Amino acid sequence: MRDYERYIRYRTFPTPWCPGCGDGIVLKTIAMAFADLKLPPDDIIVVSGIGCSGRMPTFFNTNTLHVTHGRALTFATGIKLARPEKTVVVISGDGDATAIGGNHLIHAARRNIGIKMILINNGIYGMTGGQVSPLTPQKFITETTPYGNIEPKFMASELLIAAKASFVARETVLRMHPLRQVIKKSFEHKGFSVVEVISNCHINLGRRNKLKDPITMTKWIASRSVTQAEYDKLTSEEKAHKYPVGILMEDKERLEYSELYYKHIVPAAKEAAAKQSAEGK
Amino acid sequence: MSKKREVLQGNIIAAKAAVAAGCNFYAGYPITPSSEVAQYMSAELPKLGYDFIQMEDEIASLGACIGASLSGKKALTATSGPGFSLMQEHLGMAVIAEIPVVIINVMRGGPSTGLPTKPAQADMLQARWGTHGDHPIIALYPAFSDEIYSETIRAFNLSEKFWTPVILMMDEVIAKAHEDIEIPDQKEIAVFNGADHPLDEDLNIYDRQIGEIPPRVDFFKGYPIHIDSLEHDRHGWPTTDPALVDKMQTLRMQKIYSRLDEIIKFKEYRMEDAEIMIFSFGVSARAAIAAVDLARQQGIKAGLFQALTIWPFPERELKERFKRIKKVLTVEMNMGQMKLEVERVATDDVNTRALLRANGVPFTPAEVLQSLKEFVK
Ligand SMILES: Cc1ncc(C[n+]2csc(CCOP(=O)(O)OP(=O)(O)O)c2C)c(N)n1
Repeated sequence: MRDYERYIRYRTFPTPWCPGCGDGIVLKTIAMAFADLKLPPDDIIVVSGIGCSGRMPTFFNTNTLHVTHGRALTFATGIKLARPEKTVVVISGDGDATAIGGNHLIHAARRNIGIKMILINNGIYGMTGGQVSPLTPQKFITETTPYGNIEPKFMASELLIAAKASFVARETVLRMHPLRQVIKKSFEHKGFSVVEVISNCHINLGRRNKLKDPITMTKWIASRSVTQAEYDKLTSEEKAHKYPVGILMEDKERLEYSELYYKHIVPAAKEAAAKQSAEGK
Repeated sequence: MSKKREVLQGNIIAAKAAVAAGCNFYAGYPITPSSEVAQYMSAELPKLGYDFIQMEDEIASLGACIGASLSGKKALTATSGPGFSLMQEHLGMAVIAEIPVVIINVMRGGPSTGLPTKPAQADMLQARWGTHGDHPIIALYPAFSDEIYSETIRAFNLSEKFWTPVILMMDEVIAKAHEDIEIPDQKEIAVFNGADHPLDEDLNIYDRQIGEIPPRVDFFKGYPIHIDSLEHDRHGWPTTDPALVDKMQTLRMQKIYSRLDEIIKFKEYRMEDAEIMIFSFGVSARAAIAAVDLARQQGIKAGLFQALTIWPFPERELKERFKRIKKVLTVEMNMGQMKLEVERVATDDVNTRALLRANGVPFTPAEVLQSLKEFVK
């Protein structure tokens, strides 16, 4: 048994994912990051909402929680506040995170609560069979945009930076090595962290857009990812078709929410209580 | 020892009782007429080293409570109609995954934003059926200050004991009114704490006999468990196997319906020789009590059945009384919700009638009396 396999719950296999799906790579990479950090499995909880990616926690041999569509961050917030010493990981699809769960996403970022989020961006609603997502590129054909998508997409990482997330990175499922490194780094980060992983859904997005097999689709993903330095040199027109990868934001100074709560709010309240009882209230 | 009588608002009484019952986590979103619960908790919980968080909405609030509950906390949230509507999906999550959590719903006029500052009793059926799918639910409804205290304690205890969400219903009148109350000593309060599940490698977290209540399962207890909003097997892992689904549905129903004696609670007023019975709860029951006295002065033998447990419905208890009493008047601040239950339970020889109103104005005793008089005519 390899190191990372300690974190895999083989009892619940097989996974529901299509052959060639990027979700398997993300599963393994996260397990490897757990192993790299030697985290005791019972000190980890992995939470997810609904979606193909939402099925991932079932396969981790850690504490796992599969909740409602878009709401994983809310459950994780309760867990992190209740047990700040635990590693709380959230896995989310792009629809889960930025459509139905968009409000929770920006508020978790704003609070800087120490949840480690892996946002798997396959640009489509996979589980429900290929409807448009807020991260589907414009003009793409989906099951609910049969004449092409007219809505511009969010840039998830940039949205998170604007919402004051203290750690934001973007990687792709093709770059497993750097992906493992950034996930590991994000797990070590104290505040709210997000790793946006660009993944392939050749079945539900690719098939309708001339990217119907995993090789063609991952090549297309590779052709669009550039380093931040390269990205900065592009014209705004060129930028529309590319995205920077790597760590995009890292702020180690900002205090994490539960730490602030226990270091600031609890002592302040206790002081108030002492004062009240001294005054005989 | 001399006990202190205090004058406190209903919301604050509930909040104090929650802390006495062991509540150590609150997540909520402000809404009239329930916000005082959150305000009290924001000041008091951190004094005890406990958690308070104001979330971005009510969906998030109940999500955070469930997460905390699974991490070993006793969690509370409080809301009113619009927020209660938003909570319905997570209420179902707490039902299917069998997670203790207490939700206070202070009822105001609806539908929608409705009458934010006026009372109603119009979420009675939403409490029962608001979340989708078949499910059991426990909902309690106090009417007086001492009942707000005791029913809040009971809500936490039932929630812990039955591994289930419990809804504490209030209405704008009882929640916002300031009334005197003698807060019991902590020593006098029986707090139920579920025993830890004796987990083993096989992780049979949901395995049990029908009717049996399982010990509580939390995260971080040494064995990595899985909790799912999907239907699941005895390990908590997703399944669609019809036999397993049947079993889980039955387990969840029967843990409640095979133990109704431990859940159903009610109060009776002048019922011994009553010939006409009022069925009521919350603020309407208060008018009904006064109306019973007024009716008796006029020679009408009225009595009151005040439900403290709304769900499960006190069906057996009412049927028992219908053997003797052939007239029942339901009094409620809605356009006819619990009356449907009363009619369902009433035998053919029982006359049913209802005094209903949903315009934000509570009934007066005189109005209830009038309705009784018309009924006996
Ligand atoms: C409240 C609610 N609305 C809608 C759905 C249906 N639904 C399930 S998964 C999903 C979208 C999943 O897409 P995404 O989050 O991008 O994840 P993926 O399947 O691509 O991994 C939807 C709309 C649901 N389960 N719950």
